[in-house]
Amino acid sequence: MNTSCISLRIHKALAVVVAAFLVTVFSIPPAAADTTLTVYTALEAEELRPLQDAFQKEHPDIKINWVRDSTGIITAKVLAEKANPKADLFYGTSATSLLVADSLGLLTPYAPKGLDKLDPRFRDPRNPPHWVGVDAYAAVICYNTIEAKKFNLPQPTTWKDLTKPVYKGYLVMPNPNSSGTGFLTVSAWLQMMGEKAAWKYMNQLHQNMAVYTHSGSKPCRLAAAGEHPIGISFAFRGAKLKQKGAPLALITPEEGVGWEVEASGIMKASKNKEAAMKFMDWSITPAAMKVFNDYLPILARPDLAKPVKHFPEDTQEKMIKNDFAWAAENRKRILGEWQKRYDVKSEPKS
Amino acid sequence: MADIAVARATSLRPALSRDDLVRGGGLVVMGVFLFVVVLLPLYALLSKSFEDADGKFIGFANYIEYFGTPALVSSAGHTIFIGVVTMVIVVTLAFIYAYALTRSCMPFKGLFRGIALIPILAPSLLPAISLVYLFGNQGMIKELLFGYKIYGPIGIVIALAFWIFPHTVMLLTTALATADARLYEAAIALRASKLRTFFTVTLPATKYGVMSACFVAFTYGITDFGAPKVIGGWYNVLSVDIYKQVVGQWNFQMGAVVSVILLFPVVITFIVDRLVQRRQVAQITARSVPLEPKPNRRFDLIMLIYCSVIAFILLGILAVSAYASFIKFWPYNLSLSLDNYQFQYMDGGGWDAYGNSILLGVLTAFFGSLIIFGGAYLVEKSRHYGKYRGTLQFLAILPLAVPGMVLGLAYIFFFNDPANPLNFLYQTLGILVICTIAHYYTVPHLTALTALKQLDAEFEDVSASLKVPFYKTFSRVTFPVCLPAILDIGIYLFINAMTTVSAVVFLWGPATKLASVAVLNMDDQGDIAPAAAMAMMIVYTSATVRILHIVLTRGLQRRTQAWRRREVIAETVGQPAPT
Repeated sequence: MNTSCISLRIHKALAVVVAAFLVTVFSIPPAAADTTLTVYTALEAEELRPLQDAFQKEHPDIKINWVRDSTGIITAKVLAEKANPKADLFYGTSATSLLVADSLGLLTPYAPKGLDKLDPRFRDPRNPPHWVGVDAYAAVICYNTIEAKKFNLPQPTTWKDLTKPVYKGYLVMPNPNSSGTGFLTVSAWLQMMGEKAAWKYMNQLHQNMAVYTHSGSKPCRLAAAGEHPIGISFAFRGAKLKQKGAPLALITPEEGVGWEVEASGIMKASKNKEAAMKFMDWSITPAAMKVFNDYLPILARPDLAKPVKHFPEDTQEKMIKNDFAWAAENRKRILGEWQKRYDVKSEPKS
Repeated sequence: MADIAVARATSLRPALSRDDLVRGGGLVVMGVFLFVVVLLPLYALLSKSFEDADGKFIGFANYIEYFGTPALVSSAGHTIFIGVVTMVIVVTLAFIYAYALTRSCMPFKGLFRGIALIPILAPSLLPAISLVYLFGNQGMIKELLFGYKIYGPIGIVIALAFWIFPHTVMLLTTALATADARLYEAAIALRASKLRTFFTVTLPATKYGVMSACFVAFTYGITDFGAPKVIGGWYNVLSVDIYKQVVGQWNFQMGAVVSVILLFPVVITFIVDRLVQRRQVAQITARSVPLEPKPNRRFDLIMLIYCSVIAFILLGILAVSAYASFIKFWPYNLSLSLDNYQFQYMDGGGWDAYGNSILLGVLTAFFGSLIIFGGAYLVEKSRHYGKYRGTLQFLAILPLAVPGMVLGLAYIFFFNDPANPLNFLYQTLGILVICTIAHYYTVPHLTALTALKQLDAEFEDVSASLKVPFYKTFSRVTFPVCLPAILDIGIYLFINAMTTVSAVVFLWGPATKLASVAVLNMDDQGDIAPAAAMAMMIVYTSATVRILHIVLTRGLQRRTQAWRRREVIAETVGQPAPT
């Protein structure tokens, strides 16, 4: 047997493999001269693809690199990178988060084309606005009707109802430190009830809570799967799950619900400002509104809004008068207080 | 005359040939590599734990804050508790299993051996997800828990036991496989009972194996992140705390503190393990008689039943995730569909993440085997530089004592520092490859050393005296002979790169999301069925690659390892030399 011949062949094969590797490794990077926007967002994952497709139909030269996480996390990421920002746009996140970023001087004011058509609640009152919203989402109680019957849980109609002992261990809500839904809910309670009463309310609610989740979607998903029958979440997630056949009732409590604008702003450090402006302009065009309207019924341009199936119909009138500036100013204090009181029950990753 | 004088002077000490110098250079390069990818990041982590958010040195203030927060301190207790309980359970179960594989005459041994290794192919998130489906509030068989909650220590321990089982079975099978039959004959002659024989012969002979298994189980138990993250509920452990501090609250300093605290028990275990292994002496001598298990119908039947039960549980846990990934809407609509595999509509990066994971696996396997085998070659086959080779050996063993979470966080501190010239690697696939190689460096290094030690040093000496350059010896002899070991290293790195979550969870960037991290993120959003689906994709992929590896190794064995078979050598010797 001729071993050296074999080793030679192995040798050659290896050389080919190495060469192939080096070629693949080095040929991956920059292929196009197109602009790529890095967009930090808290929009739902399923919205991103349709939004991107619709945008690129009009601007095929602008690519989008989405970085998606829950509101709390993506905000923390923007704040953590403040010395060396990586994002071009801070997009589809709560107005509160944008105001926090703005207070550190991270945003560039910009008035997108067609601004005058917007509902004034959906834009920063300053001129030019530091942030502009596209739509709004509101809190909701996801209530699993099958499990409720099994455990004899009456359907709650108010926030107050949730503190009744019968619900002990059956409730879940998102942790406001990581979830935008969690924060807007807590912020709404504080604004509606007054601070003292609201903290007392949350103390009672805490007794009934099975767990605080990391994301705002999870409570509704857990309710839908019957894992925890009642979850405080947001209407979009509930409607989606109902469409999939989840046995859910979506309840808008009588006292009123917290809500947030999905707002966007351009990062001051962006090196692609022109493309970023184009994206901001496009975001409030009818084409974009149509994409958003597939998911949410409450739009920044009320003239274009159509109802969305499975959404509770009374959300619009139950939306509280929300003071975003107050929420942004007090955000840190509220979250700190909340964490001190309730974090023991938080799910890993709070 | 002068020439002769020089020659004489150098001949007193063996001269450093050009080969030696080249290999010396290689040693330096390897040393610098390991220094940069292991030691420097750890130093960055340590110093971060003594700084405030603005980078000012504040002494032990962070540690004082840590010990002043009861919720955080309780995690340390939880972690040790989980580690000890998991260790006791898994080593006991694995010992009996390994005992059946080596000391009984039950049928289907090969099959049972294969099944025991299956959990290696899955991320540790998978058993936790399966347990939610089995024992959650809507679980298939939650009645079996008698009202206890799966969310918490029970769930963590079961998930970890599943995931750690193969590692302990492998160690214990090796320990039990070699035994001196003479001792057992003596025991029978002395009329020692079976039980007594077990405690006086079997256990002492395998104590090092059992200890190794304990150390491995304990270390994996306290450092794993996937299982407690998914099924831990309120039961906080250190690894999850690190994640919570860093990803949830962007409190990097506290993350560093918790990392250092987690490092303590792991390093202590590591040191004890090293000391114990050093005392190990050969059990088998030239005069030993290998123990052949004798058929015993009752015993073999019991062992067969035991192994069947364990195998059923292992396969069952895997099957639950596989099944759940096809369910349309658990628990209300049990019709089957592929909806959960539509990853593009979900969090975590979609199918791109899966592609990235495969790329990471391939690159890690390729560059990892190259670097690690090269490093082991330099340590084992270089002459001279004794002290330096020792240092390199130490650096190569060290990663075993560094939990993935800790290494990942250390990498952020080290590579995200704008002053670091390697900063450009941050958020690229490159840093993920480097981190994965560093994280899993030790086991392949030891595999490579074992393979290299089988080659007599005389090959090198003869080549040197014949003035054959070392790289020729390497490519003609060393490399082909060690090829099966190199492939083993590659597959080990590939599978670990596919399944790991802990180290990479801090390091992925927008363009480098990974499948295992996607499992984690989807579970976080409550998308548990798609999480199960992605976890199964990882299992299918690693299983396929593993099977390919077996086929490839068989082929290679026939072509390059023929010299190991006696008859071939005899044939070759008997034949006239080829012209």
